[in-house]
Amino acid sequence: MSVVLAAVLTLAGLALLFGLMLFGASRVFAVQEDPRVKDVAGLLPGINCGACGFAGCEGLANALVSAADGGDISALACPPGGDETMQSIGDYFGLEVGGGKSTVAVLRCNGSCQAAPPKVDYRGALSCSVADITFAGASGCAFGCVGLGECAEACPFDAISMDAESGLPVVDAERCTSCGICVSACPRRLFEIRPRGRRDRRVWVNCRNTEPGPVAKRNCSVACIGCGLCKKTCDTIVQAITVADKLAYIDHDKCIACGKCINVCPTNAIASSFPPPPKQPKQAAQAASKE
Amino acid sequence: MHRFPGGVHPPDRKLSETSAIEDLALPPEIHVPLAQHIGRPAKPVVEKGAAVQKGQLIAAADGLVSAPVHAPTSGTVKKIDTVLDATGRRKPAIAITVDGHHWAEGIDGSDELLRPDDQLTTATIRDRIAAGGVVGAGGATFPTAVKYYLKPEQSAETLIINGVECEPYLTADHRLMLESPDEIVVGAEVLRLALGSRRVVFGVESNTPDAADAIRAAIDRLGYRSMSVQLLPVRYPQGGEKQLIYALTGREVPSGRLPIDVGCVVNNVNTAQAVYRAVLKNRPVVDRVVTVTGTDVAVPRNVRVPLGTPVRYLIEAVGGLPESTYAVVFGGPMTGKALPSLDVAITKGSGGVVLLTEAQTRRPAEVACIRCAGCVNACPMGLEPYALEQFVRLQQWDQAETNGILDCIECGCCSYSCPASRGLLDWLRLGKVRVAAIRRERVNAAKAAAS
Repeated sequence: MSVVLAAVLTLAGLALLFGLMLFGASRVFAVQEDPRVKDVAGLLPGINCGACGFAGCEGLANALVSAADGGDISALACPPGGDETMQSIGDYFGLEVGGGKSTVAVLRCNGSCQAAPPKVDYRGALSCSVADITFAGASGCAFGCVGLGECAEACPFDAISMDAESGLPVVDAERCTSCGICVSACPRRLFEIRPRGRRDRRVWVNCRNTEPGPVAKRNCSVACIGCGLCKKTCDTIVQAITVADKLAYIDHDKCIACGKCINVCPTNAIASSFPPPPKQPKQAAQAASKE
Repeated sequence: MHRFPGGVHPPDRKLSETSAIEDLALPPEIHVPLAQHIGRPAKPVVEKGAAVQKGQLIAAADGLVSAPVHAPTSGTVKKIDTVLDATGRRKPAIAITVDGHHWAEGIDGSDELLRPDDQLTTATIRDRIAAGGVVGAGGATFPTAVKYYLKPEQSAETLIINGVECEPYLTADHRLMLESPDEIVVGAEVLRLALGSRRVVFGVESNTPDAADAIRAAIDRLGYRSMSVQLLPVRYPQGGEKQLIYALTGREVPSGRLPIDVGCVVNNVNTAQAVYRAVLKNRPVVDRVVTVTGTDVAVPRNVRVPLGTPVRYLIEAVGGLPESTYAVVFGGPMTGKALPSLDVAITKGSGGVVLLTEAQTRRPAEVACIRCAGCVNACPMGLEPYALEQFVRLQQWDQAETNGILDCIECGCCSYSCPASRGLLDWLRLGKVRVAAIRRERVNAAKAAAS
C-alpha cells in the first residue's frame, strides 16, 4: 500500500512542480499581443487570400492596428471584404477609412473557340502554364487564353467557371471578391482587377494582343487591331482611351461607361457589363464599310 | 569508355541514313530569324530594298552572348519582318527575295581544302568564329566563340567532337561525317589550336561505324596525331554534352558547372565544319543540313538548305505531307517540338523535320504514379523526375530547386520510360522556367543589395 502511496505522492509532487515551472515560464516569457489584432482579424473575412498584400488576414490586422496607432488607416483595404468590412473596421477604431472602390476581376480576352478557331491539337499536360511555355496557343494567338482553366481551379470563391461552348473562363461578378488570385494564376496575365463602376457599369478592351492588326486578325476575329477608332470617339468625351503597342486600353478612372466606343470598334473587341446602346444606322454602315 | 548512368534506347528508325546530302533548289523567298541562338537577338544592319550577297552580314551580334546573322543566299531585302518560331510566336526576321548563289566578296566558296598555319592565334580563331555566326549546331545553339574564352586557371586538356546522333530518325550529322570528314577534322584541329588541347576525341555511336571509319581515314590522311575516334554503344542521350564527357573520359561535370571545369570542351561535328569554314575560308554559317523523314514519308532525305527556308518547302521536297501526318516535329522525336505551322523557318540549330503519325504521337491517358522508379533509373542526370513533377505541380519551387531541377537536360527519358504515361517532362520544363526566373531575381536582388 505504501508503495502505491509513495508513487502517487511522488507523481503528484512532480506534477505540481512542473505546473509551477510552466506557470512561471508563461509569466516571464509571455508574448504581449495587442488584443485589437484579434478583434480586427475577426472583422476580416478570414480567407487569407493575400489580396491586400499581407500574409493573410492576421497580417492585415497587424498592419491596421499599427496604422491606427499612427492615426490613419485610409491607405489599407481588404479587397474581398469590400466597403462593408472596412467600414466596420473604421467604426472599431473610430477612424476614417479610405474610399476604396469596389472592384471585380475581368477577363481581357474574347478569343473563344468561335472567334479564334483552334488550328493545333495540344496533347501536353493540361495546365495553362505548361501550355504557355510549350506553344503560342491553339488559335495561334500568343497573348490570348489557352483555355485549360488554371484560373477556375485557383479561384478560392468558385467565381470562375469554364464555359464549355466558348472555351473561355467566365467571372461571376456576384461571387468575385477581387482577391486577385486569378491575376497571378493566369500565365498570360489576362485578368485585371477593375472598379465595378457606378451602377455596375464597366467597359474594357477585351484583348491583350499587341501584334499588328492584320496579324492579330488572322488568328482571332475579335482581336483589338489598334485602329484607334475608339480613342477618336472617346477623345471628344472623356479621353479615357490610350492606344499603345497596337492595343487600346481604357482608363477606368476616366471612363464614364457611356458605351460609345463599343459601337465604333470594327472587331467588337470592347466588352461591357451592360447591354451596349443600339448602333445608330450611320455608325453601323461605317463599321460595315471598314470591314 | 564508360557507361553514363540512366538513358533509354528508343528504336533507331534511321530511314534516311543511305541518302546522300542534296542541295535543294532555292526557295523563292526566305525569312531569316534574327535569334537563331541562345542570347540576345542580332540587330539588323541592312534596310528594306538593299541587295545582299550570300554570306554578307545582315544583322550584327548584340553583345558577347549573341551571334551575327548573314545572308543565306543572294537576293533583295524585302522587309524587316517577323516569322513564327517553333512555339508559334512571332519573332523578328529579315525577309529576302532570293535571286541566286552569289557569294559576297572575300568569301571562299570553293571546296578546296585548306589547312591552318602557325600564324593562327586563339584570339584570331575566336574572333573569326564569332564573326562567322557559328553556334552550337547540335540544337542548343549556344554561340561557339563564348566557349573559347578561358580563364587563366582553366585549361581544356581534351577537346571532344560530338558525332553522336542519338536522336532517333536524324541522320544529318551521320551523313556529314561520311561526306565531309576532311572539313570536320580540319575544323577540329583549328579548335584544338585555339584551346591548346593535348588530345581530340571524336565520339561516334556504334550504329554509324562507317562515319567513324570516314573520320579515322581523314585523320590518317591529314596526319593529326592527337586525334582519335571512340566508338560508343548506342544509348540515348549520349549526345548530351555531359553524358558524352562521362562516356569518353569518366569525368562528371558537377551540378551548375561547365565542361571546362573538368578540362573538356565539346563541339558538334556540324559546328567543327562551320568553324573550319568561318576561320579558314571566311565563310559564315549560311546553310544547314536537315533530315526530312518519317515512317510514311515517300523518300526520306538529307537536304542542305539556306537558313530561313520555310519547313513547308522542305516537306514539298520529300513529296509533300503524307496523308497520315499528325505532327511535324522540328528536331528529333525525343527533344523536338511539334510545329504549330509549316511557315516556321529553318535555323542554325534545326537538324531535322520528322513527320509523325497519329499513333506515334498518341499519349495514353495519364494514371497515378505507381512508384516504380522507372524515371529515376532512366534519368541520365541522376534526378528524381517523379518527385520534381510533384514539386512543380504543388508550386514548391524551393524544393524543386534543392532537388536539382535546373540540372534537367530535357532529354525526355523520364516521360519515355513512364509506364503510367505521366507527362513528367512537361512539368519539369515548367519548373525549370519558374525556378530559373526565381534564381535570376535572387541574383539581381543580391547584386542590388551589394551595390
